[in-house]
Amino acid sequence: MIGFAYARAHDVADAVRQIAAQPGARFIAGGTNLVDLMKYEVERPARLIDISRLPLRNVEETGGGLRIGALVPNSDLAYHPLVAQRYPLLASAILAGASAQLRNMASTGGNLLQRTRCYYFYDVATPCNKRAPGSGCSAINGLNRMHAILGTSDTCIATHPSDMCVALAALDATVHVTGPAGERTIAFAEFHRLPGDTPQLDSNLAPNEIITAIQLPPQGFVRNYSYLKIRDRLSYAFALVSVAAALELDGDTIKEARLALGGVAHKPWRVVVAEDALRGAKADRASFGHAADIVLRDAKGFAHNAFKLDLARRAIVRAFSQAAAGTPQSQSSKKIA
Amino acid sequence: MTTYIGAATSRVDGRAKVTGAAKYAAEFDAPGLAHGSVVTSTISKGRIARIDAAEARSVPGVLAVFTHTDRPPMPSEDSAYKDDVAPEGSPFRPLYDDVVRFNNQPVALVVAEEAEVARFAASLVRVEYQQEPHATDLHHQRQAANALDGHASEQNPFLPPKPRGSAQQAFAAAPVRHAGEYSTPIEHHNPMELYASTVVPEPDGTLTVYDKTQGVQNVQRYVAGVLQMSPEKIRVVSHFVGGAFGSGLRPQYQVVLAALAARTLNRPVRVVLTRQQMYALGFRPAMIQQIELGVSGKGALDAITHDAATVTSRHEIFHRQETGWSGLLYASPNASYHHRVAPLDLPTPCDMRAPSAATAVYALEAAMDELAVALKLDPVELRLRCYSERDQHFDRPYSSKGLRECYRQGAAAFGWDRRSPEPRSMRDGTDLVGWGMATGVWEALQVPIAVRIVLTGNGHAEVACATSDIGTGTYTIMAQVAADMLGLPLDNITIKLGDSTLPQSPVEGGSWIAASVANGIATTARVVRDELLALAKRMTDCPLADAAPDDVALADGKLVSRHDASRAVSIIDAMRYGGVDRLEQEETTKFEDSGAHAHNTHSAIFAEVKVDEELGVIRVTRVVSAVAAGRILNAKTAASQISGGVVWGIGMALHEETLIDHTFGRVMNANIAEYHVPVNADVHDVQVIFVDGKDDEINPLGIKGLGEIGIVGVAAAIANAVYHATGKRVRDLPITLDKLR
Repeated sequence: MIGFAYARAHDVADAVRQIAAQPGARFIAGGTNLVDLMKYEVERPARLIDISRLPLRNVEETGGGLRIGALVPNSDLAYHPLVAQRYPLLASAILAGASAQLRNMASTGGNLLQRTRCYYFYDVATPCNKRAPGSGCSAINGLNRMHAILGTSDTCIATHPSDMCVALAALDATVHVTGPAGERTIAFAEFHRLPGDTPQLDSNLAPNEIITAIQLPPQGFVRNYSYLKIRDRLSYAFALVSVAAALELDGDTIKEARLALGGVAHKPWRVVVAEDALRGAKADRASFGHAADIVLRDAKGFAHNAFKLDLARRAIVRAFSQAAAGTPQSQSSKKIA
Repeated sequence: MTTYIGAATSRVDGRAKVTGAAKYAAEFDAPGLAHGSVVTSTISKGRIARIDAAEARSVPGVLAVFTHTDRPPMPSEDSAYKDDVAPEGSPFRPLYDDVVRFNNQPVALVVAEEAEVARFAASLVRVEYQQEPHATDLHHQRQAANALDGHASEQNPFLPPKPRGSAQQAFAAAPVRHAGEYSTPIEHHNPMELYASTVVPEPDGTLTVYDKTQGVQNVQRYVAGVLQMSPEKIRVVSHFVGGAFGSGLRPQYQVVLAALAARTLNRPVRVVLTRQQMYALGFRPAMIQQIELGVSGKGALDAITHDAATVTSRHEIFHRQETGWSGLLYASPNASYHHRVAPLDLPTPCDMRAPSAATAVYALEAAMDELAVALKLDPVELRLRCYSERDQHFDRPYSSKGLRECYRQGAAAFGWDRRSPEPRSMRDGTDLVGWGMATGVWEALQVPIAVRIVLTGNGHAEVACATSDIGTGTYTIMAQVAADMLGLPLDNITIKLGDSTLPQSPVEGGSWIAASVANGIATTARVVRDELLALAKRMTDCPLADAAPDDVALADGKLVSRHDASRAVSIIDAMRYGGVDRLEQEETTKFEDSGAHAHNTHSAIFAEVKVDEELGVIRVTRVVSAVAAGRILNAKTAASQISGGVVWGIGMALHEETLIDHTFGRVMNANIAEYHVPVNADVHDVQVIFVDGKDDEINPLGIKGLGEIGIVGVAAAIANAVYHATGKRVRDLPITLDKLR
């Protein structure tokens, strides 16, 4: 761990001003990932700008949807009555992640910006293009059981570790940001990036921008949803594959479907063409399997993670089956419905 | 007369632990305490070409940077670094030379006024290496492994046992057989408490060493050797240990670094390892086992062959008797054993809970399950057919063996008779249900130990021994035994342990301390009784005037005639009339073993798993562990010990694996987020049964010890249940869901 300066931001404008003033400065909110990265010397910020006291902790109804302040703790969000009642998919995904203690500390905005859990990214003694651009990817020919099967590049096969973001992708959220150039919004699908030639960039957040809020559209898929997370132990482990599935049904006909995957790509993997294929189809395993085939058409496994292709297909079918039956995966009982 | 022995007594140190009053090695403070931070290697093999510590030294607050070129003199002979339980070979010497023997090896220590400054400055130490090719993968090196020659003896118990009959011929002739290869990975102990040492130079030239260890006197002798000091000038204190599981049997390198720095700087120094650095200490060696089992026409075992390949370092040869468990556990006229050890560019492995048995019995019991399938026989029935009434290695009886009762009571509690034998034949909704079982076995060992008792005129006793309590409950069982042996209330007993100035004790390991220290207390208490009786006899008209010592017991605060309870003298009166207000006795107890009997503990484990058929997700929904381990000293801590073993067995079966990238030779999941052990969600119904384990032969109190037995066999029971659920036999642990495809 290296030395760093610390300052507190007074308001959003001040936060933006402070971070722009010093190269190598980082915002810190819950610190659940950044502090670890600093201990590993992966992150070496010269200055931490503490945004944890900014007034970004509200959850408000706006335009039929919900606006979630960037500093709402993950736990508060999962148990917020409006979220629990109107966006149970989001609540479920949050509770599938981390531990109660981490969720208490972690912020909504920080959850979007957490870094990959690729082993090599965390070990400064090994090459990693995400950590040290141009040094090489150790995972491609190394321990890649946890790694991506979709949207990979020759430079990086890391995954985005968030559960919450998988639900946000499925729910078609919007990210509100503020930067030196003012405020703007980023569609959730555009927020995270694929690795391409620049795996060091996780998101399209511009330098010196701060996330201020997440906007949820009105449609919450209250009746038919499921967040299914498959992992190596039954709690406190990152997803091998996770699926956010949501349906609007008319009898057993699908009026609308949403599908996003975690643990398979550098970003939460939402596949609109698979959703389109489900629209108007019968809510049965054949339709879900067809959607899964579309999702996985271009999937590619590596030495240790090829099992994810079959697992993802099965998990998609299962999550949609749970959603259609109105029996979402419980995040407290680990029994899969 | 027992009141406390056996009772479910809460830990006497529980309050201190949960309130934070219990101090661990990194929590001792001293005026002027400096902090050390370790720099470790980033290559697995080679030489240090250059270390540039100039930038680190320039950081304000940095006191010193120690490296192999910049350190006080260290002895050059191996003997100076040999601890009590070191294996054959040349022990690792931290900061001794420029040779890198394994990845994450300590190469420098930065000492500063503040821990944060030390850690920052450590990040500025630049090390250049001349790298050499390394090998860290047992699966690639198994052909290069060296066969262990010779057979087990008193002097070298860790060699394979002598073969009997001709296993090869018997196997070839067997009408039913099974041969299989089983693989287990490297595992790390991951105790909650990080390895740490706080070393305080005292004004009189002595050193006080607060250390995390399973053996304070082992560390005392070791540090004396490395520092070339007289052992009397070193006091090692370890009152509490936050888990060790065998990793603390040998002294760890941070104690050397802290001691070197403290002596050089002449001020107290604390060194705490990081979680990542803990993965460059000892580990459970990876193991590849080939097992052949042949069954005679009578349907019982006729041939056992157990071959093992394990891992060691280049500088030491670590192994245990991995292969002998099979021929010990089951009767078979023919048995043979082979063990090869592969030296790799890794730290030396070490003991980890039930070393050798946890892994070897997994393979044996998985193979026995496969044999039962081949025979279309119930797995319990197969084991009963092969039940060994005698230790076949040495053709002698067991001092006691309660395994048959473990099978019976375990099966009954589990409901084993309702098992449908066909794989994939039991279901619960979308889950496949599997029931599996396995046997566990461990040794009941005992070691020479000294115990001091100081009895004061107010009826309080202090009981002292240099043993450790590594979290198992040693404080508590010592207090229970002392209370019963001295006839005093539990609250009147104070236990002192974990201090090298106390009476001699070997390291706490091998499940031997409970039996040893409890009988040790009994020995010393007997001498205390004798002295009390002599004092009582000074009374005029003493009711015990003509009583022989062995006719008198200590009970309810009194010396009481065993023949006539009305003849009694209170301990307080005896001391008052005898004119003493303090009485001290110390005795060493040795356990003479004629070798006439084998001493073992046994268990039977029954496990239920539910496997989601579509996704392969495995849940261990029920485990029953029935244990025969002699007399149980404390029903509560004993059950906790076995439950903990079951939880660890779940981890061994499904989760635990140290992931080494063999290109770099580095452990890549060196933290407890990525190194998976079971969490609460993975642990469901665990039932522990102690079968009546009376053993009058083994030692006066009939104690066998339970530290290790809890884990043995659990992984096999779960693996066998997974097979029963799915029809898929996974022969390499851990059984992750991808292996079920």
